[in-house]
Amino acid sequence: MSNIVLAQAAETAVNLNPGLAAIGYGLGAIGPGIGVGLIWAAVINGTARQPEAQGKLMGIAWTTFVLTEVLALIGLVVYFIASAA
Amino acid sequence: MGALVLAEGDTFTPPGAGDFELPPIFLGVTKPMILIVLSLIIIAAFFLLASRKLKVVPGKGQFAAEYVYDFARNGIAREQIGSKDFKPFVPLVLALFSFVLVNNLFGIIPIFQFPTFAHIGFPLALSLFVVYPVYHYVGFKRHGFVGYLKHATVPPGAPGPIYILLTPIEFLQKFVLNPLTLAVRVFAAMFAGHLILLVFTVAGEFLLLHAGGVFKPISVVSWLFAILMTFVEALIQVIQAYVFAVLSANYIGAALAEDH
Repeated sequence: MSNIVLAQAAETAVNLNPGLAAIGYGLGAIGPGIGVGLIWAAVINGTARQPEAQGKLMGIAWTTFVLTEVLALIGLVVYFIASAA
Repeated sequence: MGALVLAEGDTFTPPGAGDFELPPIFLGVTKPMILIVLSLIIIAAFFLLASRKLKVVPGKGQFAAEYVYDFARNGIAREQIGSKDFKPFVPLVLALFSFVLVNNLFGIIPIFQFPTFAHIGFPLALSLFVVYPVYHYVGFKRHGFVGYLKHATVPPGAPGPIYILLTPIEFLQKFVLNPLTLAVRVFAAMFAGHLILLVFTVAGEFLLLHAGGVFKPISVVSWLFAILMTFVEALIQVIQAYVFAVLSANYIGAALAEDH
């Protein structure tokens, strides 16, 4: 009896990879999301304190934003790699 | 999604990585290959035509070319490399900026509609074969072999025992991770952006033609979002081009920097 049960259980193999990959991407997007929010919060604060510094602050903001965003983008690439296997 | 499926019996296959494999047009030449060569022709023609018959009071073409050149020279190269030795690198930085910009913008221009850097080979080639050799070569030339390795992996001013952790990390960062992340950054941004546009456009078409009657008006919402995301995508494409050039210039500047 147990052999039949095991044989039946083995036939319906569910591919969990896309679901797990999606969960992994979602978790991996938390950190960069917070980081990007912090960067732009700093820009807004700095501009509020000193409006004439806005140009320089925006320049720094874009460069640091892209450095943080790349982590979320790497997560997205890893999602596609993981969901294929 | 289940209701959409039951309405007509058609299933919606969302666009995925397979949609980026474009078939060859003739003799194994694919669309991204043509777009890369086309971008080269566009940039060369733009700068060559704009710099013929330079006048003191510039006309429109000369003004546009001067604006781009000034941005790459002062805004990117001089700021990142320093005013002492940025001049030899201005052509490289300008070329990187304009090349990445034009190829990214191909993603939203109607007939082309494919950002060539959504294939990882293109940014990898730029980053591994152009940027990586340049900044290590100038670093080795300026500081000598051992001197540059010390300069790159041992930043001054950290407390002693930290160097056990810091030096391998800095080495990994400068020699392995920097070129890879430089390429993956622009690749993933273009890939994700193009995928978003594909999803909204293809979903609108599916909703209009293959879904039940009650879902057909939603296709307008989907296409409206496709238009909005096109504007967002344009911004991201310009920013990714700017950041590619800025980071390349930053790596060169860090390799050339004198010890404090």
